[in-house]
Amino acid sequence: MVGIVSTAARASAQGDFSIPPWLLPLLQRLAGVAGILALLELITRTGIVNPRYFPPMSTVFARLAEEAVSARLWSDVLLTLQGWAAGLGIATLVGVLLGMVAGLWDPVFHGLRPIVEFLRPVPSVALIPLAILMFGAGMESKIFMAAFAATWPILIQSMYGVRDLDPVQMETARSYRIPGPMRFRRVLLPSALPYIATGMRVSSATALALAVSTELIIGAPGLGQTINIARASGAPDLMYALIVVAGLLGWLLNIVFVRVEGSLLRWHPTYREVAQ
Amino acid sequence: MSTTANPELGIAVPGGLPEPSARLLLDVCGLAKTYGTGAEATQAIADISFGVREGELVCIVGPSGCGKTTLLRSMSGLLTPTSGTVSLLGDPVTAPPATMALVFQDYSRSLYPWMKVAKNVEFPLRRMRLGSQERRERVIGALESVGLAGFADKYPWQLSGGMQQRVAIARALAYRPEILLMDEPFASVDAQTRAELEDLVLDLRHQYGVTVVFVTHDIDESVYLADRVVILSSRPTVVKEVLDIDLPRPRHQVHTKELPEFARLRSYVFEEIMNSKAPDADNAAAGEAEAEHG
Repeated sequence: MVGIVSTAARASAQGDFSIPPWLLPLLQRLAGVAGILALLELITRTGIVNPRYFPPMSTVFARLAEEAVSARLWSDVLLTLQGWAAGLGIATLVGVLLGMVAGLWDPVFHGLRPIVEFLRPVPSVALIPLAILMFGAGMESKIFMAAFAATWPILIQSMYGVRDLDPVQMETARSYRIPGPMRFRRVLLPSALPYIATGMRVSSATALALAVSTELIIGAPGLGQTINIARASGAPDLMYALIVVAGLLGWLLNIVFVRVEGSLLRWHPTYREVAQ
Repeated sequence: MSTTANPELGIAVPGGLPEPSARLLLDVCGLAKTYGTGAEATQAIADISFGVREGELVCIVGPSGCGKTTLLRSMSGLLTPTSGTVSLLGDPVTAPPATMALVFQDYSRSLYPWMKVAKNVEFPLRRMRLGSQERRERVIGALESVGLAGFADKYPWQLSGGMQQRVAIARALAYRPEILLMDEPFASVDAQTRAELEDLVLDLRHQYGVTVVFVTHDIDESVYLADRVVILSSRPTVVKEVLDIDLPRPRHQVHTKELPEFARLRSYVFEEIMNSKAPDADNAAAGEAEAEHG
């Protein structure tokens, strides 16, 4: 950073008003987004795409601004987030617990493997009929679907995180007679944390996708259901506005996870440059 | 100088040692370790016996691959030997004893990267019933002793290799062990750092009054540091000889190593180790052939 700052300082001292280097990537990203939006606006305004199915982006964002001050949008967002949070929470509990036990204990690892290998590739959405039969068309189904799909990445990451523990780290703790529970909390868990965190970030996206899909398909209240209602009632601008909201939600959740990971794992080689 | 070839060790060896009357602290008796079973069995250690007296600095030196680490792990109770016993003041060692601390060769693996330097040093103290004041004093004191007073708030990976090994040593010192086992602790630092760390060990030994067992493959290092050197053969490992080192103390990196006595001792140890290599290579080949026939 020192080098960059001094370069910028020199540039401005010489009266050279070039773009500061830290701003450049941000501008490039903004330009990319603006370009796509402009293109979409163009093809809808010129009638290349029928605006009845695909309204101009300006209309969509105007609708979004309208909805942003309505209680309905926020209650939908909240309902979707509830499904996401409960699903991810259950998945984390089950995945970390089962994964760590399997990682520590070989018989469980070998016994669990065929089950995981069979269940994991099952497209989660195929289980929706089962969810309806078991839980009906409400929040419970949504949570079940999100939890089912989100468990696998966390389970597998936890399993390999535990198995990747450096034996020297454990032997050091043993040689200092650190009791088992403390070895678990202070050595095993932090060592497996980078793996678990990656699993949770992947699972977070999966849980959101499943929550919204379940709402769409079975009509559980939330963003997905409202998207479907907007489609059926001929309000494509609302439909796209809500799709944008779902996208922003996924994006924001990912940012939160990356931030938390970065501050929790400051010691990890991947994050060290950022830390210093 | 007295070179004592002593086959039945484990008994205090008389000679020009610092404290000839000191009691026997650690007693290794008939230790053997075989990995695996049947045709795939590898005998790492055949029969090792020696004793370490209180306050002594004993170096264990041997050809590479002679099972030094296996020996040290057995001595610390981390590994159960196939036969033989290790006892500490008469009590058999079956798990890591409370009065023993280990310094591993690979500091980058034995220090916890998620803990800052002070937390690493404090970690073994957490399970002890110490007041927070005493705990803090021990951590600060240990870091001062190894010359890292200002680095408590750094992460280990922000330090150089030599400094990281100092942290590992500080962690062992804060634990206040009676006996310190060091497994090739300076094998992965540069020569200059290594010399500094050797002298640090010599200083700390007196400052903390700790008994040291120091495993190394470096012959110069063993002669420079030790009161006695235990010379191991190659696999299957036995004790070739236990050598008293009568070099004057305090030792000095330049002056001690210039002494004719130092040169004589290091050549002697060198030849002992070289001699043990050749016939063993034949043994190993013969052993493999036998295993195949069987």
